[in-house]
Amino acid sequence: MGLMQLFKFKGGVKPATNKAQSVTLPIAKAPLPSVVAVPLHQSIGGTPRPLVQVGDKVLKGQMIGEADGWISAAVHAPTSGTVREVGMYAAAHPSGLLTDCVVIEPDGEDRWIERQSVDYKTLTPEQVRELLRDMGVVGLGGAVFPSHAKTQASRSVPMEELVINGAECEPYITCDDLLMRERAAEVVKGIAIFRDLLQPKKVLIGIEDNKPEAAAAMAQAVQAAGEDFQVVSVPTLYPAGGAKQLIRVLTGKEVPANKRSTDMGVQCFNVATAYTAWRALGHGEPVISRLVTLTGNVAEPRNYEVLIGTPMDELLAIAGPKADTDGIIMGGPMMGFLVPEAKAPVVKATNCLIAHSPALFPPKAPEMPCIRCGSCAQVCPHELQPFEMYWFARAKNFGKTQEYNIFDCIECGCCSFVCPSRIPLVQYFRFAKSEIWARERDKKAADGAKTRFEFKQLRDEREKQEKAEKLAKAAAAQAAKKAAEAAAAAAAEGGAPAEAAAAPAAQSPEEAAAAAKKAAIAAAMERAKAQRAQAQPQNTDDLAPAQQQEVADIEARRARLRDIAKTELAHPEAHPAEAAPAAPADDGQTPKN
Amino acid sequence: MEFSTSPYLLKDTSVRRVMTQVLLALVPGIVAYALLIGPGILAQIAIATLTALAAEAAMLRLRDKPLALFLGDGSAVVTAWLVAITFPPVAPWWLTVVGVLFAIVVAKHLYGGLGQNPFNPAMIAFAVCIVSFPALMSQWPGPGSHLAPAQQLDWIFGLAPRLDGMTSATPLDALKTALRADEGHSGPLPFLAGNAQAVIALCYLAGGLFLVWRKIITWHIPTAFLGAMGLLAGLLWLWQPAGFANPVFHLLGGGAMLGAFFIATDPVSGATTPRGKLIFAAGVGLLAYIIRVFGGYPDGIAFAVLIMNICVPLIDMYTQPKVFGMKDQ
Repeated sequence: MGLMQLFKFKGGVKPATNKAQSVTLPIAKAPLPSVVAVPLHQSIGGTPRPLVQVGDKVLKGQMIGEADGWISAAVHAPTSGTVREVGMYAAAHPSGLLTDCVVIEPDGEDRWIERQSVDYKTLTPEQVRELLRDMGVVGLGGAVFPSHAKTQASRSVPMEELVINGAECEPYITCDDLLMRERAAEVVKGIAIFRDLLQPKKVLIGIEDNKPEAAAAMAQAVQAAGEDFQVVSVPTLYPAGGAKQLIRVLTGKEVPANKRSTDMGVQCFNVATAYTAWRALGHGEPVISRLVTLTGNVAEPRNYEVLIGTPMDELLAIAGPKADTDGIIMGGPMMGFLVPEAKAPVVKATNCLIAHSPALFPPKAPEMPCIRCGSCAQVCPHELQPFEMYWFARAKNFGKTQEYNIFDCIECGCCSFVCPSRIPLVQYFRFAKSEIWARERDKKAADGAKTRFEFKQLRDEREKQEKAEKLAKAAAAQAAKKAAEAAAAAAAEGGAPAEAAAAPAAQSPEEAAAAAKKAAIAAAMERAKAQRAQAQPQNTDDLAPAQQQEVADIEARRARLRDIAKTELAHPEAHPAEAAPAAPADDGQTPKN
Repeated sequence: MEFSTSPYLLKDTSVRRVMTQVLLALVPGIVAYALLIGPGILAQIAIATLTALAAEAAMLRLRDKPLALFLGDGSAVVTAWLVAITFPPVAPWWLTVVGVLFAIVVAKHLYGGLGQNPFNPAMIAFAVCIVSFPALMSQWPGPGSHLAPAQQLDWIFGLAPRLDGMTSATPLDALKTALRADEGHSGPLPFLAGNAQAVIALCYLAGGLFLVWRKIITWHIPTAFLGAMGLLAGLLWLWQPAGFANPVFHLLGGGAMLGAFFIATDPVSGATTPRGKLIFAAGVGLLAYIIRVFGGYPDGIAFAVLIMNICVPLIDMYTQPKVFGMKDQ
């Protein structure tokens, strides 16, 4: 174990680790479940496209969902059997919403596809990344970010450190601990893959100092493999296993929320991710299982190798939940969540199931007002001011929460842990974040709708105009034709009057078209005016019935007069006798009213 | 199973526990006070506590808040004790009652109760009473005038006439009067009422350090408060030793220790950021010195705290710490 300078991150808490219960027994293989439901979306990024249909026979390891885009990762059948359903199914999500799953009924044979180990050193880095994506390798520390997308160094900043996360800081969880104890050699091989892709100057494996066995096993495996990785014991302090915190502790670098770690010459992978990367390349096994700690209110806490898609209640039953168990926490007690549906399947992010009981996790005391004691700020590993953010989140002043950097919050739960007023701070921050996201979505949608509406209006107006122009042109052409005919007739009759007849024809078609355009614009303005008049309230809205009657009478009279005037103006020839005074003297073609 | 969200593990703590530790930290000072100056302080604490609980219960009832939950949080008792300790130990009972009522009803509940008061309730009580009843608020058992225990209680409950000769101004006041009368002071300064006040102050210091150790308060406020006050006192004393008392006199005299560890550290009405706490407490220390030396009141802590309370939102806003990863941006 290397002696090196370690750095500190601010804040952090020391909850009881409760890890001893589940490390006494070696990893066991969970029995084949009665059904496996594999959610298609198990990683950050695009939802894989299903490749199978109901009734299809699948083999263990067969790809059933194809990565959609670069930030996405394939999913595979965890065992051989028949596809019974491709559709919505209970999900391992606090919302309790369903998710798209491929439900497979195992045939009990657990028959593999043909597995091919590849010597990744003979492949180009791009091919290795594609292979990792198609093997479904994602971050198993909990974030499930597609790993291949993290294996590219920044163009401008040289890679300095590759940090391997074996800290496992959450209480109760021991799956990484057992993985390192029992399968250190393969973890080291997996780390070598990431090292070869990223080519950092050094590789640092951070393990909390409450796991000396794991650290010793890793150090031995590193030595046996002839690698120069450094295994470093870091102080046990929650959340030292947060990627940014571990990077800080091992390298002194603080990766801000708006930057990629590679932009600072550092990258971080979980030990379990490294293990699956090696299994994928070295053994041709896609990610179809993972280690899960079964602990909490159970008779026999232990770590199991579990097929992805195994129903949680069925899995937990193996460990013998005690009678007063009233729920399942997926993940640790600091950042995990109570699973709303016990049959929800284990996913790649499921590192631990804790049987919940009121005795183990007593109901929270009633929430008191914040007394601004600042304990939350003192333990925040991102040096935020949780009580200020709480204030603004509560007031739904979401802009202010952003000013106080709410999106830097990693929801580690330290603030809620220490709050003497028992305020569920993290919950307020989740609420604020999702409100901000929802508002941004709404705003985007509204902006889109507005743009579409404006474009439609523009198009309608243009079409109207074009129609009017067409009509005007046709009319002008007609007029020109008539004039030409008249001129021809006149010419046939004799020379001089032809010029006079030709004059109106000369005006068209250009001038006629311009006139038509003017008319169209005038008509549009007229329509707009009418719309405005409709929209504007009139001072005649609040009147007594008698007055209303009077107004109606007057309006009716006016309308009658207008009608008469209109018909007379429009068709002066219909009433030749009266036409003369009403019709304007000049042309009589454009009614003025 | 109730719907709850992470974290499911919580530290064993509560508002009640925080307040209880503050009370515990006050005990050494109170014991020293009772032994050295007289049991009047104990009677005052009893009166103040009962008044505070009654007022708190009445206000909670009026505001339709859960009585047991809030009455048991201990915050009203802390306010009561601070009022009792800062008032003269021989103040008549009704003065203490008026002070506590004002603190709980007006300064606390009319602003929204626990966690909402912009001003330190105990200091509001002190300010209101010293402005309204300056004479009664200035009667302290004189140095060497050992008022018998029974006599102190008689005075508190108005069973015996208050004799002016038996009380005197505080040492701070006495010094100020002497300096103003241009008498100067020869030899060493009168060291605090036969050292009683200094002993009590040191007990408060011990209690305060306990709070720092228990992480109920941080070092920022006491350090900046005492540092600023000591620095100003020291500079003036060095400049003109005959005209100003030495810094030790100021730090151990009056309410400096109590103020630095127990009053300026009230989290609700004080600044909350690390830099903000330093600015806030330094402001309190400086203002307290200026008011007690150049002002018309026997001590300046109360007004200094209230003035700085006004500045808290501004201080907090402009001293937000840089977050993780943003320190050099």
